[in-house]
Amino acid sequence: MRFDADILIVGGGLVGSTLGLTLARSGFEVTMIDALPKATRRKKGFDGRSYAMALATSRLYRAIGLWDALAPDAQPINEIKVSDGRPGQPPSPFFLHFDHAEIGPDPMGFMVEDRHARVALLEAESDAKTLTHLPKETVVSQTVVPGGVEVTLASGKTLSAPLLIGCDGRRSGVAERAGIKRIGWDYGQTSLVCAIAHEEPHHGIAHQLFLPAGPLAILPLTQNRVGVVWTEDSNRAAEVQAMDDAGYLDVLRPRFGDFLGEISLAGDRFTYPLNLTIAERFIDDRVALVGDAAHGIHPIAGQGLNAGIRDVGALAEVLVEARGRGEDIGTAPVLRRYQQWRRFDTATLALATDTFNRLFSNDNTALRTVRDLGMGAVNAMPGLRKTFMREASGQSGDLPKLMQGVPLI
Amino acid sequence: MHATANTVDPSEIAKFEAMAAEWWDENGKFKPLHMLNPTRLDYITTQIAAEFGRDTRQPKPFAGLRVLDIGCGGGLLCEPMARLGATVVGADAAGGNIPVARVHAEQSGLDIDYRHTTAEALADAGEQFDVVLNMEVVEHVADPLAYLTACQQLLKPGGLHICSTINRNPKSFLFAIIGAEYVMRWLPKGTHEWDKFITPDELFDLLGNAGLDPLDRMGFVFDKIRWEWSQSPRDLSVNYVTASRKSA
Repeated sequence: MRFDADILIVGGGLVGSTLGLTLARSGFEVTMIDALPKATRRKKGFDGRSYAMALATSRLYRAIGLWDALAPDAQPINEIKVSDGRPGQPPSPFFLHFDHAEIGPDPMGFMVEDRHARVALLEAESDAKTLTHLPKETVVSQTVVPGGVEVTLASGKTLSAPLLIGCDGRRSGVAERAGIKRIGWDYGQTSLVCAIAHEEPHHGIAHQLFLPAGPLAILPLTQNRVGVVWTEDSNRAAEVQAMDDAGYLDVLRPRFGDFLGEISLAGDRFTYPLNLTIAERFIDDRVALVGDAAHGIHPIAGQGLNAGIRDVGALAEVLVEARGRGEDIGTAPVLRRYQQWRRFDTATLALATDTFNRLFSNDNTALRTVRDLGMGAVNAMPGLRKTFMREASGQSGDLPKLMQGVPLI
Repeated sequence: MHATANTVDPSEIAKFEAMAAEWWDENGKFKPLHMLNPTRLDYITTQIAAEFGRDTRQPKPFAGLRVLDIGCGGGLLCEPMARLGATVVGADAAGGNIPVARVHAEQSGLDIDYRHTTAEALADAGEQFDVVLNMEVVEHVADPLAYLTACQQLLKPGGLHICSTINRNPKSFLFAIIGAEYVMRWLPKGTHEWDKFITPDELFDLLGNAGLDPLDRMGFVFDKIRWEWSQSPRDLSVNYVTASRKSA
């Protein structure tokens, strides 16, 4: 049969559209099936959401020609300070300090607002001739046919291609329809997310503060604003989210501290319940999973998006290489290369973030002492600290070419 | 669909579809061939790209090239060549393979000209190609020099000939016997006869006598620990491949 595209992508979020654009720029005919209307993707104002893009992630955007559109509104993260504290008390004397200057001239990463990322992706899509974006469409069924896979959309339309990629998040329908089971658990915690405007300059420093209820991240944005990701027990988070802005800030203030002067809200407030969900396989006949559809991890170190972008880099590299050999890109030998590449990394990251969270979301005195000593020890050893920094800036492991800034074609 | 395929009885089509599924089942009876295929394709695509100045990172890099695959079987090499943009003719002396290969190409959305014929018959008809793929055939023919001469005649001046076969030494003898259940399934034409196997030096001589300039040789080795094939420029003791060119 003649197929409608080389690749069908289900999901038009940040990872899905980055994948669509990367594959289209690599010469594949791509159709992206997106449940949301384009207008929703193109909200003008700042809504308070932002992403911590590791240096390696920014390199992929540079390699696909998108970084120039993102850079003017991106805030470099020059330093990361990690400390252990209880609200209302000074942090323990032991803390970790990562300065990008120790590993090279580049920052550790960048903070990019959601609205800027979405607009840049939508603009780039309109230039990509081999990318078709189908907004307001959902998949109702998928069937493996000889040589490919066929999906039926809610509108009644059918589409076929040699390969179907699920970028449809933690409750991936693509994975479910392919019979791929998931493992995972809820943390009973919820992240409260907001943006804060403040008086004093933040100097491009990101703070990760480990509080008994869960971690608090303060991430520098442009123009004296920071993104805050603040994790609490889910019941407590619901109470706080229900408060008015003044009440919300009253709870945040003692946790946040006064190092940035007076603070106020600079956008909407969001909550994200935390869970770990990993697909038992990342591939099936003619199907591959990318991003949260493959692995929704605890966002403790802000590595969710970066892990998804690593999937994008690895899958695009595997597919371009397979195409150059004339292989059918939807077959098991090709897709297994992607799964092998990404599964080990993912398991390591999921375990590390889970262990980290269990260790730090705890007020046990003994544990607190151990982790204080641990952080002091890491901080005192430059070698170990550099290893952590490479991990945080996404430069460790078997890095896809695109994430080293090397174009695929 | 090809005109000849339309004359086939519909009940036969179902049989061909089942046979195509068998040919293309990577865990089925052609598993060893599927395992070797990426390594063979790496060699073939690299040689073609180098010879004709093509960039395999781009889509359809072999557009404009006419490629012949002799002993095409189910189309395991023809389909990749067609996907790379080449105009492909697949020839097999075993007529049963032709409708099977056609059914699968149709399912894959590829246009490939499969024919029940031989290299000699194609050469007599004056067919000309930029590339002739001659993989695991030469050890099965009665007169290798006559056969390779036909392959040479099928090439346009400056055309590329890629020929793989099995070396003749005690190791390949053991491999061919012990590995017989794998090896003998690679081609449905018949059993290998060890004394027909050809050493790399003998093959280079034969290619030269057939009017081809030998360019390159490479071993395909099976790693029993990683359970996969790879190229080896040093180990040509069992499976190996050569590239040669017809003078412009």
